[in-house]
Amino acid sequence: MKDFLLVFRSDNPVPLQLSPDEMQARLKLWMDWIGGIAAQNKLVDRGNRLSPTGKVLRKEKVVTDGPYTETKEFIGGYTIIKADSYDEAVELSKGCPILKFNGNVEVREILPM
Amino acid sequence: MQQQQLIPHLFRTEYQKIVAVLSKLFGFEHIEAAEDIASDTFLLATETWGIKGLPENPTAWLYTVSKNKAKDYLKHNNIFSQKIAQEIKRSSSEAHEIEIDLSKENILDSQLQMMFAICHPAISGEAQIGLSLRILCGFGIEEIADAFLSNKETINKRLFRAKEKLRTENVKIEFPKSTETKERLQSVLTTLYLLFNEGYYSQSQNTTLRKDLCFEAMRLTHLLTENEQTNQPSVNALLSLICFHASRFEARINQNGEIVLYEDQDTNLWNAELIKKGEYYLNRSSKGNELSKYHLEAAIAYWHTFKTDTKGKWENILQLYNKLLQIEYSPIAALNRTYALSKANGKEEAIIEAEKLKLDNNHLYHSLLADLYTNIDNNKALYHLQQALSLAKSKAEKTIISNKIAAFK
Repeated sequence: MKDFLLVFRSDNPVPLQLSPDEMQARLKLWMDWIGGIAAQNKLVDRGNRLSPTGKVLRKEKVVTDGPYTETKEFIGGYTIIKADSYDEAVELSKGCPILKFNGNVEVREILPM
Repeated sequence: MQQQQLIPHLFRTEYQKIVAVLSKLFGFEHIEAAEDIASDTFLLATETWGIKGLPENPTAWLYTVSKNKAKDYLKHNNIFSQKIAQEIKRSSSEAHEIEIDLSKENILDSQLQMMFAICHPAISGEAQIGLSLRILCGFGIEEIADAFLSNKETINKRLFRAKEKLRTENVKIEFPKSTETKERLQSVLTTLYLLFNEGYYSQSQNTTLRKDLCFEAMRLTHLLTENEQTNQPSVNALLSLICFHASRFEARINQNGEIVLYEDQDTNLWNAELIKKGEYYLNRSSKGNELSKYHLEAAIAYWHTFKTDTKGKWENILQLYNKLLQIEYSPIAALNRTYALSKANGKEEAIIEAEKLKLDNNHLYHSLLADLYTNIDNNKALYHLQQALSLAKSKAEKTIISNKIAAFK
Protein backbone atom coordinates (compact mmCIF):
# COMPACT_ATOMS: atom_id res chain seq x y z
CA MET A 1 0.00 0.00 0.00
CA LYS A 2 1.25 3.45 -0.91
CA ASP A 3 -0.05 6.87 -0.04
CA PHE A 4 -1.15 9.26 -2.75
CA LEU A 5 -1.76 12.98 -2.57
CA LEU A 6 -4.72 14.24 -4.52
CA VAL A 7 -4.56 17.93 -5.38
CA PHE A 8 -7.77 19.59 -6.50
CA ARG A 9 -7.59 22.46 -8.94
CA SER A 10 -10.46 24.41 -10.33
CA ASP A 11 -10.98 26.99 -13.04
CA ASN A 12 -13.81 28.45 -11.02
CA PRO A 13 -12.56 28.44 -7.47
CA VAL A 14 -15.48 30.41 -6.12
CA PRO A 15 -18.73 29.06 -7.46
CA LEU A 16 -20.94 32.10 -7.79
CA GLN A 17 -24.67 32.22 -7.96
CA LEU A 18 -25.38 28.78 -6.67
CA SER A 19 -28.60 28.34 -4.77
CA PRO A 20 -28.44 26.79 -1.32
CA ASP A 21 -29.94 23.60 -2.72
CA GLU A 22 -27.34 23.45 -5.48
CA MET A 23 -24.56 24.00 -2.96
CA GLN A 24 -25.96 21.26 -0.75
CA ALA A 25 -26.15 18.94 -3.74
CA ARG A 26 -22.48 19.60 -4.53
CA LEU A 27 -21.57 19.08 -0.88
CA LYS A 28 -23.33 15.72 -0.95
CA LEU A 29 -21.30 14.70 -4.00
CA TRP A 30 -18.07 15.43 -2.14
CA MET A 31 -19.20 13.70 1.07
CA ASP A 32 -20.40 10.63 -0.82
CA TRP A 33 -17.18 10.44 -2.82
CA ILE A 34 -14.95 10.70 0.26
CA GLY A 35 -17.28 8.32 2.10
CA GLY A 36 -16.95 5.86 -0.75
CA ILE A 37 -13.17 5.89 -0.48
CA ALA A 38 -13.38 5.53 3.30
CA ALA A 39 -15.75 2.58 2.83
CA GLN A 40 -13.07 0.84 0.78
CA ASN A 41 -10.65 1.52 3.62
CA LYS A 42 -8.51 3.58 1.26
CA LEU A 43 -8.78 6.98 2.94
CA VAL A 44 -5.72 8.18 4.81
CA ASP A 45 -6.63 11.82 5.41
CA ARG A 46 -9.85 13.49 4.37
CA GLY A 47 -7.80 16.62 3.86
CA ASN A 48 -9.13 20.14 3.68
CA ARG A 49 -9.98 23.03 1.47
CA LEU A 50 -7.44 25.81 1.25
CA SER A 51 -8.03 29.48 1.88
CA PRO A 52 -8.32 31.38 -1.41
CA THR A 53 -5.76 33.99 -0.31
CA GLY A 54 -2.09 33.58 0.39
CA LYS A 55 1.41 34.51 -0.73
CA VAL A 56 3.99 32.90 -2.92
CA LEU A 57 7.63 33.03 -1.89
CA ARG A 58 10.28 32.96 -4.55
CA LYS A 59 14.08 33.24 -4.48
CA GLU A 60 15.73 36.53 -3.52
CA LYS A 61 12.93 36.93 -1.00
CA VAL A 62 10.55 38.40 -3.52
CA VAL A 63 7.14 37.87 -2.05
CA THR A 64 4.23 38.25 -4.35
CA ASP A 65 0.58 38.19 -3.63
CA GLY A 66 -0.88 34.99 -4.78
CA PRO A 67 -2.09 32.47 -5.60
CA TYR A 68 -3.89 34.25 -8.36
CA THR A 69 -7.38 32.94 -8.32
CA GLU A 70 -7.88 33.80 -11.97
CA THR A 71 -5.25 31.36 -13.18
CA LYS A 72 -6.15 27.82 -13.98
CA GLU A 73 -3.64 26.42 -11.52
CA PHE A 74 -5.51 27.50 -8.42
CA ILE A 75 -5.38 24.76 -5.78
CA GLY A 76 -8.61 24.43 -3.87
CA GLY A 77 -7.86 21.55 -1.58
CA TYR A 78 -6.25 18.17 -1.03
CA THR A 79 -6.92 14.65 0.18
CA ILE A 80 -4.64 11.70 0.92
CA ILE A 81 -5.63 8.18 -0.07
CA LYS A 82 -3.86 4.84 -0.17
CA ALA A 83 -3.75 2.23 -2.89
CA ASP A 84 -1.69 -0.71 -4.13
CA SER A 85 -0.74 1.00 -7.36
CA TYR A 86 -0.81 4.32 -9.13
CA ASP A 87 -3.48 3.03 -11.47
CA GLU A 88 -5.67 2.14 -8.54
CA ALA A 89 -5.19 5.62 -7.07
CA VAL A 90 -6.26 7.10 -10.40
CA GLU A 91 -9.29 4.84 -10.45
CA LEU A 92 -10.32 6.05 -6.99
CA SER A 93 -9.90 9.66 -8.10
CA LYS A 94 -12.23 9.29 -11.07
CA GLY A 95 -15.25 9.78 -8.83
CA CYS A 96 -14.09 13.19 -7.66
CA PRO A 97 -16.92 15.75 -8.08
CA ILE A 98 -14.51 18.48 -9.19
CA LEU A 99 -14.25 16.69 -12.52
CA LYS A 100 -17.87 17.57 -13.16
CA PHE A 101 -17.28 21.27 -12.51
CA ASN A 102 -14.35 22.46 -14.63
CA GLY A 103 -11.66 21.15 -12.37
CA ASN A 104 -8.96 18.55 -12.28
CA VAL A 105 -7.29 16.17 -9.88
CA GLU A 106 -3.56 15.73 -9.78
CA VAL A 107 -2.52 12.34 -8.39
CA ARG A 108 0.96 12.11 -6.90
CA GLU A 109 2.56 9.23 -5.08
CA ILE A 110 3.91 10.19 -1.68
CA LEU A 111 7.47 8.92 -1.23
CA PRO A 112 8.16 8.23 2.43
CA MET A 113 11.60 9.17 3.73
CA MET B 1 -38.02 -21.51 47.53
CA GLN B 2 -37.60 -17.83 48.16
CA GLN B 3 -34.01 -17.94 49.32
CA GLN B 4 -32.88 -19.96 46.31
CA GLN B 5 -33.96 -17.07 44.13
CA LEU B 6 -32.64 -14.36 46.36
CA ILE B 7 -29.00 -15.33 46.61
CA PRO B 8 -27.93 -15.43 42.92
CA HIS B 9 -29.34 -11.95 42.42
CA LEU B 10 -27.59 -10.72 45.53
CA PHE B 11 -24.31 -12.42 44.70
CA ARG B 12 -23.91 -10.62 41.45
CA THR B 13 -24.99 -7.20 42.67
CA GLU B 14 -23.25 -7.20 46.00
CA TYR B 15 -20.18 -9.24 45.08
CA GLN B 16 -18.75 -6.58 42.82
CA LYS B 17 -19.54 -3.83 45.28
CA ILE B 18 -17.77 -5.61 48.11
CA VAL B 19 -14.80 -6.59 45.92
CA ALA B 20 -14.46 -3.02 44.63
CA VAL B 21 -14.44 -1.47 48.10
CA LEU B 22 -12.09 -4.05 49.60
CA SER B 23 -9.72 -4.01 46.60
CA LYS B 24 -9.49 -0.27 46.85
CA LEU B 25 -8.66 -0.64 50.52
CA PHE B 26 -6.15 -3.48 50.16
CA GLY B 27 -4.67 -2.33 46.87
CA PHE B 28 -4.81 -4.09 43.51
CA GLU B 29 -1.98 -6.46 44.47
CA HIS B 30 -4.32 -8.06 46.99
CA ILE B 31 -7.36 -8.29 44.79
CA GLU B 32 -7.57 -12.05 45.24
CA ALA B 33 -7.94 -11.54 48.96
CA ALA B 34 -10.85 -9.21 48.29
CA GLU B 35 -12.44 -11.78 45.96
CA ASP B 36 -11.90 -14.58 48.47
CA ILE B 37 -13.48 -12.60 51.27
CA ALA B 38 -16.49 -11.83 49.10
CA SER B 39 -16.79 -15.47 48.00
CA ASP B 40 -16.44 -16.72 51.59
CA THR B 41 -19.15 -14.32 52.66
CA PHE B 42 -21.56 -15.74 50.12
CA LEU B 43 -20.59 -19.29 50.98
CA LEU B 44 -21.38 -18.56 54.60
CA ALA B 45 -24.65 -16.94 53.57
CA THR B 46 -25.64 -20.01 51.58
CA GLU B 47 -24.87 -22.29 54.52
CA THR B 48 -26.33 -20.14 57.28
CA TRP B 49 -29.44 -18.95 55.51
CA GLY B 50 -30.14 -22.44 54.36
CA ILE B 51 -30.47 -23.53 57.98
CA LYS B 52 -31.65 -20.41 59.78
CA GLY B 53 -33.64 -18.79 56.99
CA LEU B 54 -33.20 -15.36 55.42
CA PRO B 55 -32.09 -12.54 57.71
CA GLU B 56 -34.29 -9.46 57.87
CA ASN B 57 -31.87 -7.39 55.87
CA PRO B 58 -29.80 -9.73 53.70
CA THR B 59 -27.63 -6.95 52.22
CA ALA B 60 -26.70 -5.56 55.62
CA TRP B 61 -25.90 -9.10 56.76
CA LEU B 62 -23.54 -9.56 53.82
CA TYR B 63 -21.82 -6.23 54.45
CA THR B 64 -21.37 -6.95 58.16
CA VAL B 65 -19.90 -10.38 57.57
CA SER B 66 -17.57 -9.20 54.81
CA LYS B 67 -16.42 -6.28 56.94
CA ASN B 68 -15.57 -8.65 59.78
CA LYS B 69 -13.75 -11.03 57.49
CA ALA B 70 -11.82 -8.11 56.02
CA LYS B 71 -10.79 -6.87 59.46
CA ASP B 72 -9.66 -10.38 60.39
CA TYR B 73 -7.64 -10.56 57.20
CA LEU B 74 -5.99 -7.22 57.86
CA LYS B 75 -5.10 -8.22 61.41
CA HIS B 76 -3.35 -11.35 60.22
CA ASN B 77 -1.46 -9.77 57.39
CA ASN B 78 1.33 -7.28 56.96
CA ILE B 79 -0.65 -4.95 54.83
CA PHE B 80 -2.35 -3.76 57.98
CA SER B 81 0.69 -1.84 59.06
CA GLN B 82 1.63 -0.70 55.60
CA LYS B 83 -1.55 0.66 54.21
CA ILE B 84 -4.23 0.82 56.80
CA ALA B 85 -2.19 2.31 59.61
CA GLN B 86 -2.59 5.66 57.94
CA GLU B 87 -6.34 5.23 58.08
CA ILE B 88 -6.13 4.63 61.82
CA LYS B 89 -4.29 7.88 62.40
CA ARG B 90 -7.04 9.76 60.61
CA SER B 91 -9.91 8.21 62.51
CA SER B 92 -10.61 8.47 66.22
CA SER B 93 -7.59 7.81 68.43
CA GLU B 94 -9.45 5.26 70.56
CA ALA B 95 -10.47 2.97 67.79
CA HIS B 96 -8.14 0.15 66.85
CA GLU B 97 -10.53 -1.02 64.21
CA ILE B 98 -10.69 0.37 60.72
CA GLU B 99 -14.02 1.32 59.32
CA ILE B 100 -14.71 -0.38 56.03
CA ASP B 101 -16.81 2.09 54.18
CA LEU B 102 -19.69 0.41 52.38
CA SER B 103 -21.64 3.61 51.91
CA LYS B 104 -23.34 4.27 48.57
CA GLU B 105 -20.84 6.93 47.68
CA ASN B 106 -17.76 4.88 48.40
CA ILE B 107 -19.25 1.92 46.58
CA LEU B 108 -19.82 4.07 43.48
CA ASP B 109 -16.35 5.61 43.62
CA SER B 110 -14.66 2.25 44.20
CA GLN B 111 -16.49 0.66 41.28
CA LEU B 112 -15.55 3.51 38.95
CA GLN B 113 -11.94 3.39 40.03
CA MET B 114 -11.92 -0.37 39.59
CA MET B 115 -13.25 0.14 36.04
CA PHE B 116 -10.26 2.29 35.19
CA ALA B 117 -7.89 -0.24 36.71
CA ILE B 118 -9.38 -3.14 34.75
CA CYS B 119 -10.01 -1.42 31.42
CA HIS B 120 -6.34 -0.74 31.11
CA PRO B 121 -4.48 -0.69 27.77
CA ALA B 122 -1.77 -2.91 29.26
CA ILE B 123 -3.97 -6.00 28.82
CA SER B 124 -5.88 -7.25 25.78
CA GLY B 125 -9.47 -6.28 25.02
CA GLU B 126 -10.59 -9.83 25.67
CA ALA B 127 -8.90 -9.82 29.05
CA GLN B 128 -10.48 -6.49 29.91
CA ILE B 129 -13.95 -7.84 29.18
CA GLY B 130 -13.23 -11.07 31.05
CA LEU B 131 -12.02 -9.22 34.13
CA SER B 132 -14.90 -6.77 33.88
CA LEU B 133 -17.40 -9.58 33.84
CA ARG B 134 -15.72 -11.28 36.79
CA ILE B 135 -14.91 -8.34 39.02
CA LEU B 136 -17.20 -5.53 37.91
CA CYS B 137 -20.23 -7.66 37.18
CA GLY B 138 -19.79 -10.62 39.51
CA PHE B 139 -20.16 -13.28 36.82
CA GLY B 140 -18.98 -16.81 37.46
CA ILE B 141 -16.18 -18.39 35.41
CA GLU B 142 -18.62 -20.79 33.75
CA GLU B 143 -20.92 -17.96 32.75
CA ILE B 144 -18.01 -16.06 31.23
CA ALA B 145 -16.90 -19.20 29.38
CA ASP B 146 -20.43 -19.58 28.04
CA ALA B 147 -20.57 -15.97 26.90
CA PHE B 148 -17.26 -16.32 25.05
CA LEU B 149 -18.11 -19.79 23.77
CA SER B 150 -14.93 -20.92 25.51
CA ASN B 151 -14.09 -23.20 28.44
CA LYS B 152 -13.28 -22.70 32.12
CA GLU B 153 -9.56 -23.41 31.80
CA THR B 154 -9.07 -20.83 29.07
CA ILE B 155 -10.99 -18.18 30.96
CA ASN B 156 -9.20 -18.88 34.23
CA LYS B 157 -5.84 -18.61 32.50
CA ARG B 158 -6.84 -15.41 30.78
CA LEU B 159 -8.00 -13.77 33.98
CA PHE B 160 -4.98 -14.96 35.94
CA ARG B 161 -2.54 -13.61 33.36
CA ALA B 162 -4.44 -10.35 33.13
CA LYS B 163 -4.26 -9.77 36.86
CA GLU B 164 -0.54 -10.62 36.84
CA LYS B 165 0.07 -8.11 34.07
CA LEU B 166 -1.83 -5.40 35.89
CA ARG B 167 0.19 -6.15 38.98
CA THR B 168 3.53 -5.87 37.19
CA GLU B 169 2.34 -2.64 35.60
CA ASN B 170 1.62 -1.45 39.13
CA VAL B 171 -1.88 -0.40 38.23
CA LYS B 172 -3.66 1.45 40.99
CA ILE B 173 -7.34 1.51 41.79
CA GLU B 174 -7.85 5.23 41.50
CA PHE B 175 -9.29 7.91 39.26
CA PRO B 176 -6.94 9.06 36.49
CA LYS B 177 -5.62 12.63 36.65
CA SER B 178 -8.12 15.03 35.16
CA THR B 179 -5.78 15.68 32.22
CA GLU B 180 -5.65 11.94 31.46
CA THR B 181 -9.33 11.21 31.92
CA LYS B 182 -10.30 11.51 28.28
CA GLU B 183 -7.57 9.14 27.14
CA ARG B 184 -8.15 6.55 29.86
CA LEU B 185 -11.88 6.72 29.20
CA GLN B 186 -11.21 5.49 25.67
CA SER B 187 -10.17 2.07 26.96
CA VAL B 188 -13.09 1.92 29.35
CA LEU B 189 -15.64 2.85 26.69
CA THR B 190 -14.19 0.39 24.19
CA THR B 191 -14.50 -2.40 26.73
CA LEU B 192 -18.06 -1.47 27.64
CA TYR B 193 -18.97 -1.25 23.95
CA LEU B 194 -17.47 -4.69 23.32
CA LEU B 195 -19.23 -6.02 26.40
CA PHE B 196 -22.56 -4.83 25.04
CA ASN B 197 -21.82 -6.36 21.65
CA GLU B 198 -21.00 -9.67 23.30
CA GLY B 199 -24.46 -9.74 24.75
CA TYR B 200 -26.24 -8.37 21.72
CA TYR B 201 -24.60 -10.42 18.98
CA SER B 202 -23.40 -13.41 20.92
CA GLN B 203 -23.97 -16.81 19.40
CA SER B 204 -24.52 -18.24 22.85
CA GLN B 205 -27.92 -19.86 23.20
CA ASN B 206 -28.31 -18.55 26.70
CA THR B 207 -30.65 -15.60 26.11
CA THR B 208 -30.89 -14.67 29.79
CA LEU B 209 -27.13 -14.45 30.03
CA ARG B 210 -26.90 -12.33 26.92
CA LYS B 211 -29.52 -9.92 28.21
CA ASP B 212 -27.57 -9.72 31.45
CA LEU B 213 -24.41 -8.79 29.54
CA CYS B 214 -26.25 -6.00 27.76
CA PHE B 215 -27.76 -4.82 31.01
CA GLU B 216 -24.38 -4.82 32.76
CA ALA B 217 -22.82 -2.79 29.94
CA MET B 218 -25.65 -0.30 30.32
CA ARG B 219 -25.33 -0.20 34.09
CA LEU B 220 -21.57 0.34 34.07
CA THR B 221 -21.81 3.06 31.41
CA HIS B 222 -24.49 4.71 33.49
CA LEU B 223 -22.20 4.63 36.53
CA LEU B 224 -19.76 6.78 34.59
CA THR B 225 -22.43 9.43 34.09
CA GLU B 226 -22.92 9.68 37.86
CA ASN B 227 -19.45 11.08 38.44
CA GLU B 228 -18.55 14.59 37.36
CA GLN B 229 -15.07 13.71 36.14
CA THR B 230 -16.24 10.84 33.96
CA ASN B 231 -19.58 12.26 32.84
CA GLN B 232 -18.29 13.23 29.39
CA PRO B 233 -20.12 13.63 26.07
CA SER B 234 -18.73 10.40 24.61
CA VAL B 235 -19.96 8.48 27.66
CA ASN B 236 -23.46 9.83 27.19
CA ALA B 237 -23.24 9.02 23.49
CA LEU B 238 -22.31 5.41 24.24
CA LEU B 239 -25.12 5.09 26.75
CA SER B 240 -27.55 6.50 24.20
CA LEU B 241 -26.34 4.02 21.61
CA ILE B 242 -26.70 1.13 24.04
CA CYS B 243 -30.24 2.17 24.98
CA PHE B 244 -31.34 2.41 21.35
CA HIS B 245 -29.96 -1.02 20.47
CA ALA B 246 -31.28 -2.61 23.65
CA SER B 247 -34.75 -1.25 22.87
CA ARG B 248 -35.02 -3.81 20.08
CA PHE B 249 -33.75 -6.79 22.06
CA GLU B 250 -37.19 -8.42 22.41
CA ALA B 251 -38.04 -7.91 18.75
CA ARG B 252 -34.77 -9.36 17.45
CA ILE B 253 -35.33 -12.96 18.43
CA ASN B 254 -38.58 -14.83 17.85
CA GLN B 255 -39.96 -17.70 19.95
CA ASN B 256 -37.92 -20.21 17.96
CA GLY B 257 -34.68 -18.43 18.81
CA GLU B 258 -34.33 -17.21 15.23
CA ILE B 259 -33.07 -13.75 14.36
CA VAL B 260 -35.70 -11.36 13.11
CA LEU B 261 -34.26 -8.76 10.76
CA TYR B 262 -34.97 -5.09 11.33
CA GLU B 263 -37.37 -4.78 8.38
CA ASP B 264 -39.44 -7.65 9.74
CA GLN B 265 -39.49 -6.64 13.38
CA ASP B 266 -42.73 -5.94 15.21
CA THR B 267 -42.35 -2.36 16.44
CA ASN B 268 -44.77 -3.11 19.25
CA LEU B 269 -41.99 -5.18 20.77
CA TRP B 270 -39.63 -2.22 20.74
CA ASN B 271 -39.12 -0.86 24.24
CA ALA B 272 -40.42 2.71 24.18
CA GLU B 273 -38.89 3.56 27.52
CA LEU B 274 -35.40 2.61 26.35
CA ILE B 275 -35.89 4.64 23.19
CA LYS B 276 -36.79 7.65 25.33
CA LYS B 277 -33.69 7.07 27.45
CA GLY B 278 -31.62 6.87 24.29
CA GLU B 279 -32.95 10.25 23.17
CA TYR B 280 -32.29 11.72 26.59
CA TYR B 281 -28.65 10.66 26.62
CA LEU B 282 -28.21 11.64 22.98
CA ASN B 283 -29.24 15.15 23.97
CA ARG B 284 -26.82 15.17 26.86
CA SER B 285 -24.02 13.97 24.62
CA SER B 286 -24.40 16.99 22.34
CA LYS B 287 -22.86 19.34 24.91
CA GLY B 288 -19.36 20.39 24.02
CA ASN B 289 -17.28 20.03 20.87
CA GLU B 290 -16.57 16.36 20.91
CA LEU B 291 -17.72 14.18 18.02
CA SER B 292 -16.74 10.60 18.76
CA LYS B 293 -17.67 7.48 16.84
CA TYR B 294 -20.18 6.83 19.61
CA HIS B 295 -21.95 10.09 18.78
CA LEU B 296 -22.26 9.06 15.16
CA GLU B 297 -23.41 5.53 15.97
CA ALA B 298 -25.93 6.85 18.46
CA ALA B 299 -27.29 9.27 15.87
CA ILE B 300 -27.59 6.43 13.36
CA ALA B 301 -29.35 4.31 15.96
CA TYR B 302 -31.68 7.24 16.63
CA TRP B 303 -32.74 7.30 12.97
CA HIS B 304 -33.42 3.59 13.14
CA THR B 305 -36.04 4.15 15.81
CA PHE B 306 -38.22 5.41 12.95
CA LYS B 307 -39.29 2.35 11.02
CA THR B 308 -40.85 4.19 8.06
CA ASP B 309 -38.66 4.47 5.01
CA THR B 310 -38.20 8.10 4.15
CA LYS B 311 -35.50 9.45 1.88
CA GLY B 312 -34.56 11.95 4.56
CA LYS B 313 -33.96 9.18 7.06
CA TRP B 314 -31.61 7.28 4.77
CA GLU B 315 -29.81 10.39 3.51
CA ASN B 316 -29.08 11.30 7.11
CA ILE B 317 -27.90 7.79 7.91
CA LEU B 318 -25.71 7.77 4.80
CA GLN B 319 -23.96 11.00 5.76
CA LEU B 320 -23.48 9.75 9.32
CA TYR B 321 -21.81 6.61 7.97
CA ASN B 322 -19.67 8.73 5.63
CA LYS B 323 -18.37 10.55 8.71
CA LEU B 324 -18.07 7.42 10.82
CA LEU B 325 -15.91 5.66 8.23
CA GLN B 326 -13.57 8.62 8.21
CA ILE B 327 -13.10 8.36 11.97
CA GLU B 328 -12.78 4.60 12.02
CA TYR B 329 -13.13 2.07 9.25
CA SER B 330 -14.89 -1.24 9.85
CA PRO B 331 -16.31 -3.73 7.34
CA ILE B 332 -19.70 -3.59 9.04
CA ALA B 333 -19.83 0.20 8.78
CA ALA B 334 -18.83 -0.04 5.12
CA LEU B 335 -21.63 -2.52 4.42
CA ASN B 336 -24.23 -0.57 6.37
CA ARG B 337 -23.15 2.60 4.59
CA THR B 338 -23.67 0.92 1.24
CA TYR B 339 -27.13 -0.24 2.27
CA ALA B 340 -28.02 3.32 3.33
CA LEU B 341 -26.66 4.57 0.02
CA SER B 342 -28.91 2.19 -1.87
CA LYS B 343 -31.91 3.69 -0.09
CA ALA B 344 -30.78 7.29 -0.52
CA ASN B 345 -29.13 7.26 -3.97
CA GLY B 346 -30.68 4.21 -5.57
CA LYS B 347 -29.72 0.58 -6.12
CA GLU B 348 -27.72 1.06 -9.31
CA GLU B 349 -25.22 3.39 -7.68
CA ALA B 350 -25.14 1.17 -4.59
CA ILE B 351 -24.25 -1.88 -6.67
CA ILE B 352 -21.28 -0.04 -8.16
CA GLU B 353 -20.16 1.06 -4.69
CA ALA B 354 -20.71 -2.41 -3.24
CA GLU B 355 -18.65 -4.15 -5.90
CA LYS B 356 -15.72 -1.90 -4.97
CA LEU B 357 -15.73 -3.14 -1.39
CA LYS B 358 -14.48 -6.62 -2.35
CA LEU B 359 -15.21 -8.14 1.07
CA ASP B 360 -15.43 -11.56 -0.56
CA ASN B 361 -14.90 -13.59 2.61
CA ASN B 362 -17.65 -11.85 4.49
CA HIS B 363 -21.06 -13.51 4.33
CA LEU B 364 -22.80 -10.23 5.14
CA TYR B 365 -21.14 -8.72 2.05
CA HIS B 366 -22.69 -11.37 -0.14
CA SER B 367 -26.05 -10.96 1.58
CA LEU B 368 -25.94 -7.27 0.77
CA LEU B 369 -25.03 -7.87 -2.87
CA ALA B 370 -27.80 -10.44 -3.14
CA ASP B 371 -30.24 -7.91 -1.76
CA LEU B 372 -29.06 -5.21 -4.18
CA TYR B 373 -29.13 -7.48 -7.24
CA THR B 374 -32.63 -8.77 -6.49
CA ASN B 375 -34.94 -7.83 -9.37
CA ILE B 376 -32.04 -6.31 -11.23
CA ASP B 377 -30.02 -9.46 -11.93
CA ASN B 378 -31.53 -12.43 -10.13
CA ASN B 379 -28.81 -14.81 -11.29
CA LYS B 380 -26.20 -12.73 -9.50
CA ALA B 381 -28.50 -12.38 -6.52
CA LEU B 382 -28.79 -16.14 -6.21
CA TYR B 383 -25.05 -16.59 -6.67
CA HIS B 384 -24.32 -14.22 -3.82
CA LEU B 385 -26.89 -15.87 -1.58
CA GLN B 386 -25.15 -19.19 -2.12
CA GLN B 387 -21.80 -17.61 -1.32
CA ALA B 388 -23.31 -16.13 1.82
CA LEU B 389 -24.70 -19.50 2.86
CA SER B 390 -21.33 -21.22 2.53
CA LEU B 391 -19.62 -18.50 4.55
CA ALA B 392 -22.23 -18.02 7.28
CA LYS B 393 -21.28 -19.54 10.60
CA SER B 394 -24.28 -19.50 12.89
CA LYS B 395 -27.36 -21.65 12.49
CA ALA B 396 -29.62 -18.63 12.82
CA GLU B 397 -27.94 -16.83 9.95
CA LYS B 398 -27.87 -19.93 7.74
CA THR B 399 -31.62 -20.27 8.28
CA ILE B 400 -32.31 -16.73 7.13
CA ILE B 401 -30.18 -17.14 4.01
CA SER B 402 -31.69 -20.55 3.17
CA ASN B 403 -35.14 -19.03 3.41
CA LYS B 404 -34.15 -16.32 0.98
CA ILE B 405 -32.75 -18.86 -1.46
CA ALA B 406 -35.95 -20.85 -1.24
CA ALA B 407 -37.95 -17.73 -2.05
CA PHE B 408 -36.13 -17.52 -5.36
CA LYS B 409 -37.17 -20.94 -6.53
